[in-house]
Amino acid sequence: MRALVDAIQAGFDVEKIREDFPVLKQKVHGKPLAYLDNAATSQKPLAVIAAIRKFYEVDCANIHRGVHELSQRSTAAYEQTRVKAKQFLNARSKNELIFVRGATEGINLVAQSWGRKNVKAGDEIVVSAMEHHSNIVPWQMLCEEKGATLRVIPIDDRGELIMEEFAKLLGPRTRMVAVTHVSNALGTINPVAEIVAMAHKAGALALIDGAQSAPHMKVDVQALDADFFAFSGHKLFGPTGSGMLYGKSKLLNAMPPYQGGGDMIRTVTFEKTTYNDLPYKFEAGTPNIAGGIGLGAALDYVSRVGLDKIAAYEHELLVYGTQALTAIPGLRLIGTAREKAAVLSFVMEGIHPHDIGTVLDRMGIAVRTGHHCAQPVMDRYGVPATTRASLAFYNTAAEIDVLAAGLRKVKEMFA
Amino acid sequence: MVDDLYQEIILDHSKRPRNCHAMDGANRKAEGYNPLCGDKLELYLKVEDGVVRDASFVGSGCAISTASASLMTEAMKGKTKDEAIKLLDKFHDLLTTDSPAAKDLGKLMVFCGVRDYPARVKCATLAWHTLRSALEGEESTVTTE
Repeated sequence: MRALVDAIQAGFDVEKIREDFPVLKQKVHGKPLAYLDNAATSQKPLAVIAAIRKFYEVDCANIHRGVHELSQRSTAAYEQTRVKAKQFLNARSKNELIFVRGATEGINLVAQSWGRKNVKAGDEIVVSAMEHHSNIVPWQMLCEEKGATLRVIPIDDRGELIMEEFAKLLGPRTRMVAVTHVSNALGTINPVAEIVAMAHKAGALALIDGAQSAPHMKVDVQALDADFFAFSGHKLFGPTGSGMLYGKSKLLNAMPPYQGGGDMIRTVTFEKTTYNDLPYKFEAGTPNIAGGIGLGAALDYVSRVGLDKIAAYEHELLVYGTQALTAIPGLRLIGTAREKAAVLSFVMEGIHPHDIGTVLDRMGIAVRTGHHCAQPVMDRYGVPATTRASLAFYNTAAEIDVLAAGLRKVKEMFA
Repeated sequence: MVDDLYQEIILDHSKRPRNCHAMDGANRKAEGYNPLCGDKLELYLKVEDGVVRDASFVGSGCAISTASASLMTEAMKGKTKDEAIKLLDKFHDLLTTDSPAAKDLGKLMVFCGVRDYPARVKCATLAWHTLRSALEGEESTVTTE
């Protein structure tokens, strides 16, 4: 608590920040909403809502083709997001940023475009045991098609990757190492710079799933030397259906298009089509323009608050929440990595997560229950599901107190 | 309030489920699985001359699904196959329609409250979906999807 007070005194005014998020002001089942499901999706600040509204009220037009004023405004606003994303991730060029619907589509793009061209029978793709299904299934599909093999980096009881085992998996057949930056189910922050370096040393590429990291910590794709990095706008306080894939330009240039259609072509005849340059080569069809513009507003918002401040504050919340929850008898945290984001995944003896979730909901507390699209993680810990409270910088210590009190009530009911 | 959902009888049957064991000599068995929750259930029936003589289950799930399986196995004993199917349809109706026709479901009426929790309807119906599969003699895994 002391540290939280210090954080506020150091200029992080959470109450002021909450003013920017209208959804947080409501009551749910007569109780003030405590929204603790940020790893699933995050709430949107007024700046994002206003940007989307402005697009539809004032600027709405298709992009990249009209000579008229509205189209030019829309194009400028949309393309500005690419520039913002370049700065946000510290990419070399804005052309290394591809608009996608979210991290899932970004990973599928790489698996389908890069993978189908470069992966052959007998090759190996390495993922980890803590991946979201979105960073497992696209690679499985590729392996199945090509006769390649999926290898899995194991995790220990704390939920950390076993790096010695990872080193053993790498070899001349490894083509790609695809690993999450932060685990959505466990909160583990992986040593991705080290992972990328090890992959490169083995002659493989590295893709980082940044869906859970980009909203909560500073990411520098050049410092990480990542070949690909994907994130979702909706987890970053932006609109659903928006997101970005970063890829090194020399890799993207050598990759075939992902989908065919408008915008991705240079010339089309029935005999032959030539493709557009980066980044448009990968952006077929009219995109989610409003979403892309909203994402730009979200990147601005997060940058204005400051990712260093966000990370520091969320860490204090994590420490506070860990203490509050582990004080509850019979509660076991799943995921106790030393480097951890503000995710509290847990099980309670003899009580099913869905019952926990339903009782908490009636107290205005929104948590996720289930397997979190990470069934292999659940299997690893021998649980069918967990309850997960995932925090963002607009959450408060008071909300964690409400959660802890709610869990004690749950225990009373079902014990 | 949440007590409308977790009525005493549901809490009782979830904490002390009846007929919760594998059955020797069962001649019908079916597995139910809810991929969203990870709830799993194995249902055993002994059906003789078209009558359910015995019913039991094993599985892991939430309070709602456990209590539902427990109360269902109690209700099934002594029912003919037709009666069992009729009860199953009434139960499904109770949980999924706004104005269910059935008011005569006895103890099973405690599941009325589930209607107000759409995300939980699948928990309450898992055992019953499995029952249909067992009665129809399919020995395959059924899901609530």
